[in-house]
Amino acid sequence: MNLTVFRSWSVILLLVGVFLGYSLYSAEKHTDGRHFKFGLDLIGGSHLVYEADTDKLDPTEVTEAMVALRDVIENRVNIFGVSEPLVQVEKAGMFSESERTERLIVELPGVTDLDEAIALIGATPSLEFKLERPPLGTSTDPTYLDTGLTGALLKRARLEFSTQQQGGFSNEPMVMVDFNNEGKDLFAEITGNNVGENLAIFLDGELISNPVIRDKIFGGTAVISGGFQTAEEAKELVRNLNIGALPVPIELVSTQTVGATLGTEILEKGIKAGIVGFSLVLLFMLFWYRLPGLAAGLALVIYLVFMLAIFKYVPVTITAAGIAGFLLSVGMAVDANVLIFERLKEELKKDKEYADAVVDGFKRAWPPIRDGNLTSLISATILFWFGTSIVKGFALVFGLGILTSMFTAIVITRTFLVSLSGVTDKDSPLLKSGIRNK
Amino acid sequence: MFFVVNRKIIFSIIGTLVVLSIGALFSWGLVFGIDFTGGTFIEVAYTGELPQKEVLEEQLDTKELGAYSLRQTGEDGYILRLRDIAEEEYNGVREALSVEGSELTEKRRATVGPVIGEELKNKAFVAIATVVVLIVMFVAFAFRNIRDEDENEEEETREVSSWMYGFIAIFVLLHDILIPLAMFSVLGFLFGAEVDVLIVMALLTILGYSVNDTIVIFDRIRENLRRNKEEREEEEFESVVGRSLSQTYARSINTSLTTLIVVTSLLIFGGPTTMYFALTLTVGVFAGTYSSLALAAPLLVVAQHRKDRKLGE
Repeated sequence: MNLTVFRSWSVILLLVGVFLGYSLYSAEKHTDGRHFKFGLDLIGGSHLVYEADTDKLDPTEVTEAMVALRDVIENRVNIFGVSEPLVQVEKAGMFSESERTERLIVELPGVTDLDEAIALIGATPSLEFKLERPPLGTSTDPTYLDTGLTGALLKRARLEFSTQQQGGFSNEPMVMVDFNNEGKDLFAEITGNNVGENLAIFLDGELISNPVIRDKIFGGTAVISGGFQTAEEAKELVRNLNIGALPVPIELVSTQTVGATLGTEILEKGIKAGIVGFSLVLLFMLFWYRLPGLAAGLALVIYLVFMLAIFKYVPVTITAAGIAGFLLSVGMAVDANVLIFERLKEELKKDKEYADAVVDGFKRAWPPIRDGNLTSLISATILFWFGTSIVKGFALVFGLGILTSMFTAIVITRTFLVSLSGVTDKDSPLLKSGIRNK
Repeated sequence: MFFVVNRKIIFSIIGTLVVLSIGALFSWGLVFGIDFTGGTFIEVAYTGELPQKEVLEEQLDTKELGAYSLRQTGEDGYILRLRDIAEEEYNGVREALSVEGSELTEKRRATVGPVIGEELKNKAFVAIATVVVLIVMFVAFAFRNIRDEDENEEEETREVSSWMYGFIAIFVLLHDILIPLAMFSVLGFLFGAEVDVLIVMALLTILGYSVNDTIVIFDRIRENLRRNKEEREEEEFESVVGRSLSQTYARSINTSLTTLIVVTSLLIFGGPTTMYFALTLTVGVFAGTYSSLALAAPLLVVAQHRKDRKLGE
């Protein structure tokens, strides 16, 4: 490649940097733009960890039960009107299958008064069967009549697909509901007295299915069929019925609450530390390595913009630990450049021309750069695995930082440095001090 | 050359430091944070007059909370640590922390159950051990070709084996995390500084970072050995190491400097949440830098001398 190509690329890279930087800035300014996502430790809120008691469940059913439980808890959390709450299932225990426990992580941004939240989240889900009655008075909503049939009388629900013999279309999803002995009699009575009516099923007070009673059912096994658009829909109903039949009790095992003021304070301090650290690194590179230092500095600014763009658009949730990891990666990002420049200095000492020295310097600096970054990546990967949420945030930022900085330090700095040949030669004062020993 | 020639003095200085560190860890141990032990952590701030510690302690004593520790933090607040309490008990604690005339705001609160703490502790140990093992393997792998491939495998070679490079790298790494841990032992003894998840994170980061310096120096030694062989030049191993060191020290010091610049700005401006984290990194990066220069490379020379003596017998 000739010089013009490198120079054009330099200009393109700089323009991309400026453009990305500007779009980041303007998106943050606009209220409807994409904003950075901050973790609970920076915006304030609560992080709750529940342990689910799945002992009574068949191991094969655990995953489905946890999905159902998550949906139930999610619905409850939504009642709070919290913006962007998070409810997720986490498997814990790492050494053996038998030690595995299922956990539920609940994050409530902005909520610091936990009493109400904890009472609501921790309640056991309730499943009720109610008869639908026509609306009373002027209301258009139907009313529902208690039947006494609840999740406690349910054995379990399962998903099946119809065959030709059963009539209708084959392969249509159906939900089979088995009742226990007590439930069987009650169900027969309810269905016998109300053929043609709707038997509404409520989970946690929310209507999840409203089938019509077609006939009196004696056997204790009801079939809900038709009306499912997809098998997934039927599966969801099975999950919901089962969580009502065999509730998974949850116990609060850890809570973390950060007040909003503290969060803001941490964020402001982190940003301040970042600006100071970043500027000092830039100044150091500029004073020590002069012109190549400037190229490295520009590459570092592009690195900063790239990383911020990744944070914003992936998006990566920014936490206090993440900011620390990011800062650390800035310090380490220059490492590759320092290695290259020290090599460049050596090559120049051998009386090589600037352009050749740049090429050779890069070639020789590559193996240690590769090896060094790989070990840091090993640490980052293990950290990510180690991960509770704060650690994961740090590890992710740190790992992404290593990869991005390898790119900026090697590809971008190199493009800039090659573009500068012609502007500078090996005796230029621009290379004095750090790069060229007198 | 300096570090190679004066290695005896340097080894004794570092040796003393290591012995002192181990001594500190044995006599004072480490104070683990509630992330690892389980328990409750509450940080409160007061607007108006800051209540007396004794007053708060008196009120807390009435609540049957078991052992607890109350420490002042900043100018307007306290940090209370106690066993893992249920949500219902928490109101009592809050009541005990309230005094008339000063308004109480809760800045941070965390409760960790003992199971989670135990699990995290195990995980931390496994994580550190895994990183150490992977790095030894990596270094040994990266330096597998340090001996000339043409040489007959059967014949005993003169050069230090690639595993030795790996072991020395690890030995140096252990030193690099021992120093910050010892610092925590002292800080824990003096100020109750705790080793929490953030600190483990810092230690794992140091592991990955510090080995870079060692690798860069080893890499240079490898390159110089190879070039000598190509040019059929006879050079004492000691002088190869010395030469490699003087070729790389500017790089080692400069990169450590840039990293130190950012971690110290985090230490100074980053506020209390990340203070100990930044301090661990600062000390770890510092230790990682001097140990690569003054410990890793000279140790290779020692290994070579031992090998020479063995072959000479």
